Amino acid sequence: MATNDRDRRRSFIRQVGTVALASVLPACAGRPSTATRAHVVVVGGGFGGATAARYLRLWSEGSVDVTLVEANPEFVSCPLSNLVLAGERKLADLSFSYDGLRRRGVRVVLDTVISLDPVRRSVGLLGGERIDFDRLLLAPGVDFAYEDLPGLQAAAAREHVLHAWKAGPQTLALRRQLAAMPDGGVYAITIPLAPYRCPPGPYERASVVAAYLKAHKPRAKILVLDANAEIVSKKALFAKAWAELYPDIIEYRPNCELRDVHAATRTAILDFEQVRADVLNVIPNQRAGELARVAELRLINQRWVEVDWRSMESTSHPGIHVVGDAIFAAPAMPKSGHLANQQGKLAVAAILELLAGRLPSPTPLLTNTCYSFIDARNAVHVASVHRYDAGQKTMLPVAGAGGLSAMRNEFEAKIASAWALNIWADTLA
Amino acid sequence: MKKLHFSLVALLGLAAAWPVAAQDDTLARNLVASCANCHGTDGHAVKASGMEALAGADAAKTLQKLHEFKSGVRPATVMQQIVKGYTDEELALIVGYLARQK
Repeated sequence: MATNDRDRRRSFIRQVGTVALASVLPACAGRPSTATRAHVVVVGGGFGGATAARYLRLWSEGSVDVTLVEANPEFVSCPLSNLVLAGERKLADLSFSYDGLRRRGVRVVLDTVISLDPVRRSVGLLGGERIDFDRLLLAPGVDFAYEDLPGLQAAAAREHVLHAWKAGPQTLALRRQLAAMPDGGVYAITIPLAPYRCPPGPYERASVVAAYLKAHKPRAKILVLDANAEIVSKKALFAKAWAELYPDIIEYRPNCELRDVHAATRTAILDFEQVRADVLNVIPNQRAGELARVAELRLINQRWVEVDWRSMESTSHPGIHVVGDAIFAAPAMPKSGHLANQQGKLAVAAILELLAGRLPSPTPLLTNTCYSFIDARNAVHVASVHRYDAGQKTMLPVAGAGGLSAMRNEFEAKIASAWALNIWADTLA
Repeated sequence: MKKLHFSLVALLGLAAAWPVAAQDDTLARNLVASCANCHGTDGHAVKASGMEALAGADAAKTLQKLHEFKSGVRPATVMQQIVKGYTDEELALIVGYLARQK
């Protein structure tokens, strides 16, 4: 009883203090204590990096200089890009310039980092420029492990057998292949062993393409060749939707690891059979983007960057923060744009504390909400909340929190579109 | 009201109280950032999204809603799942921070 009273009183005092002092000392938190302006370089302008660049400017109230290095002049959203394949969205509607970040004072450099000197604290760019930094934030994204697929070594083969797993020209090219596929044709999609970017994405893709085929090419088939033993994410929801909506269109085959590809005949080579398709869509094995190797960051399983979750710093390179799909995820944490955005903000909070000579929050928290479309008008979600566990030194899902949709529904398709508008703005505006 | 609050803090010792308050304000800011993906930066939802604007919303009303999501009284698709990841103290910080946004 006494403890409760004391807790309540302390909580009240803290809230009152927050309200009162926010009005008299608005800019104390996060302002660097040094007289010279700190400079943070962000490399990679996807959900993680762009969010970090934006929030560095927002939360430092313009007192930290920020440079974003990104090769692509446009941000193209992977979320919602499966709807482009289904002919339900235009890629242009998912594409954004970095002008919003420029307006916030971010210097955007369209280039590629090819070297890093962690002692001198500078990065070297393909174009020749060297940029010094006080702290560095890397958002390398994922690279495809094409070395696993001899038949896709040639660039020409990769234009024939598409991944469309990074939204952009490949998305449009795969849309053209699907549109040109004859009624009665076979669209085969191969799914790599987890972990890979966007766990439910391949199943969403099969769903929305099935909706397209059902309406326009009702005799066509989809073959889902999954290297995993079962549907990786939202299993019951996808399985029910496929059984009810697409029973004669989608054929799901688990434990089908892709060994090679014969691109000219669009043939997937599996352990015990070869599957020929009219459109072959290979989502290759994945690993942290090349930038992680350039920076020589410690990797787990030779693929993913190990980070300290309290600051998102590389465990091998303190002072270098890493966010997004490139990191070795915590238990039950998917590689999603939503989490990359959240990790970007976590890293920024830590960077500003560290620049001010303080320790980052010992108890960071991340949420994930991920919507998948079943068709253009119905969606499902999975959500989770993750907290730092000091004992296990990782983020753990909060027991009792998070969950899935009860059933695909139209309301959540509207919410999925609303989510997209808000996360794009939170990342880029 | 603010004047009253400030005197109370002063009474309790400004020097001792302010770091805690600053920490709480930073914590509130960080927590609200975890809502921003769906509800907009600092609760400023994109108008065209149709999401309810939480910036400037009455703290007590928002807090009541969050507790209703938590208890299951208020039906929802995802909020009843997300809200259970936050402590009651964190929810109080979140609604206070959102209410202060213009």
